[in-house]
Amino acid sequence: MTAAQAAPVIPDFGGGGGCVRANRTFCWDWFSSHWGDTFEPALVQHLLLTGVAVMIGFAIATSCALVAHRRGWFEGPFVTVSGILYTIPSLALFQLLVPITGLTVLTAEIALVSYTLLIIFRNVLTGLREVPEDAREAARGMGLTANQILARVELPLALPAIVAGLRIATVTVISLATVAAFVIDRGLGAPIFAALQTSFKTEFIAAGALAVALALAADGLLVLVARALTPWAAARAA
Amino acid sequence: MADNLGLLSQKTLELLALSAAAIGISLLLALPLGMWLGHLHRGSFVSINVANVGRALPSLAVIAIGIGVLGLGFLNVMVALVVLAVPPLLTNAYVAIDQVDPDAVQAARGMGMSPRQLFARVELPLGLPLVFAGVRTAAVYVVATATLAAIAGGGGLGDIIVNQASYRLPGVIAAAIWVAAVALIVDLALGLAQRLATPRGVRGPAPILGPSPTAATLPGREEAPAPHRSRGRPGTGSRAQGKT
Repeated sequence: MTAAQAAPVIPDFGGGGGCVRANRTFCWDWFSSHWGDTFEPALVQHLLLTGVAVMIGFAIATSCALVAHRRGWFEGPFVTVSGILYTIPSLALFQLLVPITGLTVLTAEIALVSYTLLIIFRNVLTGLREVPEDAREAARGMGLTANQILARVELPLALPAIVAGLRIATVTVISLATVAAFVIDRGLGAPIFAALQTSFKTEFIAAGALAVALALAADGLLVLVARALTPWAAARAA
Repeated sequence: MADNLGLLSQKTLELLALSAAAIGISLLLALPLGMWLGHLHRGSFVSINVANVGRALPSLAVIAIGIGVLGLGFLNVMVALVVLAVPPLLTNAYVAIDQVDPDAVQAARGMGMSPRQLFARVELPLGLPLVFAGVRTAAVYVVATATLAAIAGGGGLGDIIVNQASYRLPGVIAAAIWVAAVALIVDLALGLAQRLATPRGVRGPAPILGPSPTAATLPGREEAPAPHRSRGRPGTGSRAQGKT
């Protein structure tokens, strides 16, 4: 195939410790000495890429879900289009966008946002639809307008489903943002693609483990957020 | 693209063979265990949470760690694909059997069915659509990840996408379009199979295209799975598994 199968290129021009020169499975020294110049920036870039994509995706998908909530016919076309986008393998989508938007952050963000749409849209819409009709009737009886019902009854009750969607979308984007390093030299995927040129094991494992840790941490954090936002759900389960 | 049909079809076959092998191994590992646990209504915490953890695993990171530990090549790719495919299969198999309408199970017991008959004639047919939803999710996920696996020496269509130096931009673009098409076709084909697997009596409007709702990621499921939810409720979650 490529350089990846050639003999390993030892980083640091052979100046590293014995572990690095022997390319052992994991060299802690190398990892800690390159934390500041490689991994910490990559982690921050990864968080930025993810945060921006999830926020934009959330804005688009939620507004579309609100439209579909009022006008039911909108659901079908949106789900079909976003479903097709979701099914396209990320490596292919990133590559397909390159001729249009170049090797830029924009390319990465367009692809990442497109993967959040279906997840968030479906969760928001289902959350809104599963609001009990009784609650809606009661609000109407109290004289609330349609917009007031949406803001004060439907959205709060749909919150658990919305946060669940955000959680899935966030974890998905963290995962796919590693692949984005294929088109832009950012995020935790960058050290992985760099390590492919050198076959240096420590770099593979460090970047991979950081990405896994980041995804699991974000997942756990959003579970806690969901609990904090919806205390009544925990009370009901108990 | 037309000049290279031979190469393209050979790489496609590589990709499909790799994906099919990974799915096959994962099916053998996950389905019997998941269905057995679902039949006993035991181990829900593990069966459900394995999907939540599995979904959070970034596939490229799993492959990267695999390269570090196992080296480049077929074995590493296979292990990574199986690690990523087992969670949605296991969870869906468990939930599918676990959530079969208890009334139907009671009725079957009352008719004098043995546990084996009960499983084969009631639980399996009623749970099959959800099992298939898991297979579909896992299959699309594996095809996408197998593309990515080219960077670890897995071969297949991804080889073309990551090797612009040899194939030039038009070749890379053609391969990317083709990969997208393959993923959509696999999704569509399994969507149809899922529909056929559904007993006529419980057939609802299942989405033919796009990810089907799977049981594992309904909000609130991970803490306290509500036993025996009524059938046919639209899934709130998305796939049980992430995507590549």
